[in-house]
Amino acid sequence: MRHVIIGYSVAAISAIKSIREIDKTSEITVLTNESSVYSRPLISYFLAGKVKKDKLSFIPETFEKEMKITVKWNTAVVKINPAAKTVITSKKEKLKYDRLLISTGGTPIKPPIAGYADDIAGIFTFVKLDEVEKLIKYIEKNKIKECVILGAGLIGMKAAEGLLARKIKLRIVEMADRLLANTFDSAASLLLEEKLKESGSEFLKETTIKKIISKSKKLEALELSSGKTLKTGLLIMAVGVRPDIELAKGTELKVNRGLVVNKNMETNIPGIYAAGDAAEGKDFLSGENAVIAIWPVAARQGSVAGFNMAGKKAEYDGMFPMNSVTILGVPSISFGLTNPKAGAYQVLLSNEGGKYKKIVLKDGIIVGVVLVNAIERAGIFGLLIKQKLDVSALKKQLLFDDFGFLVLPKDFRKHFVTGEGTEV
Amino acid sequence: MKKIIIREEFCLGCRLCEVHCATAHSESKNIIKTFKSVQGRPLSALVFEEQGYTTFALQCRHCKDAPCIESCLTSAMYKDKHGTVLHDSEKCVGCWMCIMACPFGVIKPDLKEKKVGSKCDFCTGREKPACVEHCPNQAILLKEI
Repeated sequence: MRHVIIGYSVAAISAIKSIREIDKTSEITVLTNESSVYSRPLISYFLAGKVKKDKLSFIPETFEKEMKITVKWNTAVVKINPAAKTVITSKKEKLKYDRLLISTGGTPIKPPIAGYADDIAGIFTFVKLDEVEKLIKYIEKNKIKECVILGAGLIGMKAAEGLLARKIKLRIVEMADRLLANTFDSAASLLLEEKLKESGSEFLKETTIKKIISKSKKLEALELSSGKTLKTGLLIMAVGVRPDIELAKGTELKVNRGLVVNKNMETNIPGIYAAGDAAEGKDFLSGENAVIAIWPVAARQGSVAGFNMAGKKAEYDGMFPMNSVTILGVPSISFGLTNPKAGAYQVLLSNEGGKYKKIVLKDGIIVGVVLVNAIERAGIFGLLIKQKLDVSALKKQLLFDDFGFLVLPKDFRKHFVTGEGTEV
Repeated sequence: MKKIIIREEFCLGCRLCEVHCATAHSESKNIIKTFKSVQGRPLSALVFEEQGYTTFALQCRHCKDAPCIESCLTSAMYKDKHGTVLHDSEKCVGCWMCIMACPFGVIKPDLKEKKVGSKCDFCTGREKPACVEHCPNQAILLKEI
């Protein structure tokens, strides 16, 4: 059996571990267009100078040897030929596979803005390590003191965190009327917006960049939809990522936003699997397929894919969005549906002493949670969402400062605490 | 593998588990020095739950497929060869993914230091976990699973 894995981040690594649990000898070849393994969410810590480059990896140095895998660095896959079961690399190599995993991750979205060109100095995305290394060089060489970030989503805010640590003054341009609009609700966004202002940063909401002005291929200024012009030497494009599914082109692979997979993480073509930010697996809350581009989903999906690739049936039972972000020193954790439209939802709120808690219920079952400055024991909420426990009778207790297992129904908690094999 | 079993019916609410857990994880291993040190009271690695007369201690369940390990961005959270889930403070960056992932809510963040503050290590190196050893009413038991 020959396994070929495209991409070498958390989904791929989880898959490799699963394959090797079952099958110690099959050939595993990893093809990656990058030059090292690194934990992508750590790039903001790297930018901030809090984590050094040699600490960005999340696998031991001996991983490749222990797992008996061959890694081809700086090697992109340019074509998949499912009929012949081969892939062709950027180095013109042809590799045969029996099982293929596409874990290519996400790629930054570059919105079409007038005046934009790839070769203008001073414009960066904030997703991959090589780009961040270039950004750091640029900041240091040009002694950058101020910056504009386009997009106040998770990527933009993570970039903000890293840049603020370098004492760079920020102006954040955001199309929505608040920051982290997809992750948070308005009240939580406002809490962070205030913090952002305290840091001396400017937040320009309901604004877009109309035109990029450059001179001799160097960024000079940005024309905004508001009519204002911002002079700047650095622009971070942080409007989001989309699944990197270029390879599906010209194949029969079923693509929606990402590569559509079944519960075994297999695509519509037998033998070809997908996992992580490139895949569209089951969303636990809606039951539909969706791209949930977060680390734990990539880890789980990769693991399930790996087992199935090695011949052991495993099922992905679906996960829901969850994020843990610390912005401007304010820790926050959110789960599921955080900003429900009016209708069948009930919302429980508490906002005292800078601690904000919001719980979204549907028919007595938790479907969403936002916790700002109150993250202790957050994971229990994740368990309650997953177990669909009816919490109608405990609404008050859910917001208690000392919320814990004890407020949960006795049978439920005993089952989880002492039951065997109940661990998630 | 041995597992810590909690029997809430037997819990007296004395919190000796908490005291001895903190002591076992202190530098001095001395109960008085631990609790009367200048740094203030240390965090125990277990969570003590109390409401009215219902009480119990809850510590890391050392899950087989531990969600905290799956979620950890730096591999600071890991499993040793005995199946114990351990935490390497050197690698921790305080991203709180483990706090988000742990279904039992038994990992405590140290928000100041931006690192996991405490987490049950099954008293690695001791014959019996301190909470088990010092529970006067066998509300916390060690059992071979």
